[in-house]
Amino acid sequence: MEHLFFFYFALIIAAASVLVVALHNPIYSALALLIMFFHVAGLYVTLHAEFLAAVQIIVYAGAILVLYLFVVMLLNLKHDDRYHRQWPIAACVGTALVVEAIILTLLKGRTTSPLPSNQGTAVEGLGNTESLGDVLYSTYLFPFEVASLLLLVAMIGAIVLAKKDIGGEATQQP
Amino acid sequence: MIPLSYYLTLSAVVFLTGLVGVLIRRNIIIILLSVELMLNATNINFVAFSQYFHNINGQVFVFFALTVAAAEVAVGLAIVIALYRAKSTINVDEFQLLKW
Repeated sequence: MEHLFFFYFALIIAAASVLVVALHNPIYSALALLIMFFHVAGLYVTLHAEFLAAVQIIVYAGAILVLYLFVVMLLNLKHDDRYHRQWPIAACVGTALVVEAIILTLLKGRTTSPLPSNQGTAVEGLGNTESLGDVLYSTYLFPFEVASLLLLVAMIGAIVLAKKDIGGEATQQP
Repeated sequence: MIPLSYYLTLSAVVFLTGLVGVLIRRNIIIILLSVELMLNATNINFVAFSQYFHNINGQVFVFFALTVAAAEVAVGLAIVIALYRAKSTINVDEFQLLKW
């Protein structure tokens, strides 16, 4: 049963990510990415990371993808794009990496790494959200605050970049 | 219990798909979507290792990766809009301002 769920999610994730790259219409690509995000969230649920699954759907599918769709529809693209002319190099690099990944996966059986003991941060009795919040607000409090600063900087940067007239006629169309 | 290598294989497949997408596509929006694919592949790795080592720190890192992804999308799409306003295209081959 566990394997059934995993293979279902894995198959859909792999197929949707291939569709994201292969489809020509950017809107279809974004919708394929939406399917992929939902199935990654399902995979998180099978890995007992329920809070991350919820965050994945809210942030990725709810915020990031809507932003993408806004921009795609705003730009109103007429011409279809072709592949980059460097695609033979990309195919070579991709094939080499796939071969390497397959070899490493097949070698997995003889390199059995011992499981390290619990570092004291895993709180087994609590739920996923509680233990995550526990660690996030104690050990990772400073990175958490820095992350909020990062979001503020990104917000200001996005507004400044997308504003129409920065410095008079500097960004006007030549 | 599903072996950890299955998750790693899935993550590698998704990451390679994103890498190939960045390399072969010319539409800048598809390139940004492929970057999202790669970030998701690393997130799958983080969560799988977090589950198998019974260590919650991996999930915290997914949290931060998500924050960075949100910031990257906001700034990246703003740059796309600024580029489109300047050049009326989103084909990356047309952006040659720094090449001479």
